[in-house]
Amino acid sequence: MRFPIRFIIPFLVIATFQTLGAVPDTLEVGKKYASIKQALATAAPGDVIKVFPGVYFENEVIIDKPCTLLGVGYPILDAGLKNDAIIIRADSVSIIGLHIRNVATNYVRDLAAIHVEEARHFNIQDNKLENTFFGIYLQKSRDGRVAGNSIIGQAVVEASSGNAIHLWYCKNVEVSNNEARHHRDGIYLEFSDSIRIVRNVSQDNLRYGLHFMFSNYNDYFENTFQSNGAGVAVMFSAHIVMKRNRFIDNWGSASYGILLKEIKDGIISNNLFQGNTIGIYGESSDRMTISQNDFTENGYALRILGSCRDNIITENNFIDNTFDVGTNATRQYNQYTRNYWSEYTGYDLDKNGLGDVPYRPVKLFSFVVEKVPQAIVLLRSLFVDLMNFTEKVTPVFTPQDLFDDQPLMKPHPHDQYSTSS
Amino acid sequence: MWKIFKYSFFDLLRSRWTYFYFLFFMIVTAGLLHLSGQVAAAITSLLNIVVVLIPLISTLYGIVYFYNSSEFTELLLAQPVRRRSIFLGQYLGLFTSLAASFLLGILIPAIFLGHFEVRLWLDLFYLLGIGTLLTAIFTAIAFLIALRQTNRMKGFAIAILTWLFLAVLYDGLFIIFLLFFEDYPLEKFSLIATVLNPIDLSRTSLLLKLDMAALMGYTGAVFNKFFGTSMGMLVSISALVLWVAGPLLGFLRVAARKDF
Repeated sequence: MRFPIRFIIPFLVIATFQTLGAVPDTLEVGKKYASIKQALATAAPGDVIKVFPGVYFENEVIIDKPCTLLGVGYPILDAGLKNDAIIIRADSVSIIGLHIRNVATNYVRDLAAIHVEEARHFNIQDNKLENTFFGIYLQKSRDGRVAGNSIIGQAVVEASSGNAIHLWYCKNVEVSNNEARHHRDGIYLEFSDSIRIVRNVSQDNLRYGLHFMFSNYNDYFENTFQSNGAGVAVMFSAHIVMKRNRFIDNWGSASYGILLKEIKDGIISNNLFQGNTIGIYGESSDRMTISQNDFTENGYALRILGSCRDNIITENNFIDNTFDVGTNATRQYNQYTRNYWSEYTGYDLDKNGLGDVPYRPVKLFSFVVEKVPQAIVLLRSLFVDLMNFTEKVTPVFTPQDLFDDQPLMKPHPHDQYSTSS
Repeated sequence: MWKIFKYSFFDLLRSRWTYFYFLFFMIVTAGLLHLSGQVAAAITSLLNIVVVLIPLISTLYGIVYFYNSSEFTELLLAQPVRRRSIFLGQYLGLFTSLAASFLLGILIPAIFLGHFEVRLWLDLFYLLGIGTLLTAIFTAIAFLIALRQTNRMKGFAIAILTWLFLAVLYDGLFIIFLLFFEDYPLEKFSLIATVLNPIDLSRTSLLLKLDMAALMGYTGAVFNKFFGTSMGMLVSISALVLWVAGPLLGFLRVAARKDF
């Protein structure tokens, strides 16, 4: 009987690897080894450390060789409110399926459940983190992945709480399908480039759902930022792309769907902004494309200050917002065109789907409020309605050049944001 | 007094205008609940109707009713009945029928169509309370004006102007003042100016109840702090009650002295 050569090749390959000692060993914690540290001490690079169910009271578990820490049935690693739980200092480390809890609050050191220090090719996946000061803290690391983790904190006061996912000087990391709740910031990035933030849920955090500064070329797709203390704030970054995200119910006196400060050359499209005090707040942000978003039931849909230039706002739907656009400037340099405004009352005689009369989204009242904030107490007063109406008929005070020259008669039918998760 | 109250109340119950008023609120509430689907949004829209329309309707209805029943009033005055009970009875009759139309007109559809949470029910009851107080205020004002002006056209004009002033012009002056003194801290001023006008006070306290404070920035925070305290609640409720008591007592005083 002859074996076909194809059959033999895999065996040959395996045999070669075995002789080279490259097939990883599996070390079993909870069976042969009593603690993860013990197993780590004997592990060779590339080994798999399987952790079986149980509660392991360990902290400062330092992983300094490439290996995989694999939890079976969510074993609990309890840091006993002392130090970091796990510190990764080697490349190609995976941590999968652990339940890490009780990392101490520290005002000097940023203690975290999983601390990645200057590592590459890490994979942190499907872990449950509970009451950890910082959740996953990536520091000067790159080419890794943080996926499917559930990070639930117990933050009460901003000053004594940490961030769920924290990236500092990182590059080329994928952060996906995580759930971040009850921390200070849900997802925090500083000096981190080429990061992909996809399908995460960041909810009920004390401060920001998403917060980044000095982080360029990042993509944010299909995330949900909901009911965070101050919404989302992003600053001093360029070339960011935000698509199909949901910014929901960020309601409070200092709360924003997104606050953009010094954000340049970005794209914000196909997002949903619903029930936020301010949908998008723009300050010194230039050359942004804001298109095909839905703004519904916000206090202000857009609040674009006079320091913003050359932004294009097009094909968005503005529905039932208290104010569609607020601005503090009488001149403006942004382009509003082909949006749908639910308050538009014009007509379309030639039936081309575009209103024949331009729509002016800045009401006189919102302009007055910019000048004298106290005037907001007259919100919904009959006088204010009359005032807005007269100004609409003959605009005198509101920015002359802020108008949508081709308002859509019907909502723009665009791709919907992700409704899953 | 109760006899006269009963008499004018049942007299008004036979009037079709009372039913129009009732049906108006019922249709609007049902429509809003049905169309918007969201109870919170419906309450916000009702707010606009309540703070503008209730004062207007109460004023006009009060004026018309007082003038129309003047012959009957004079007939009653010839009888051995105390003046105070005649006029108070009439006032209560009108107030009760208007308030009942308003309350039932909103409550009936709300019970049948609204799937409310407890918090929204509280908001709705606050709205109903404010509406009732506004009815009491503006019927009293209307009666006072009607009693002092025997010339019907003049009385009518003054009533409408009063409404126009409180509902519209007051806010205009308010804004002008704010713009004029924009360099000064104006929180206290706007708080006082709001408390002084029953329509502004009703609207603002309702908006704050509906969690609009966040939208109002720093001013909203100041207002929320004021209206949130028991002191603020007390001040605003007593301001509204004073707005009922003032015109009503004035009306009764003029009525006691007037030579018919």
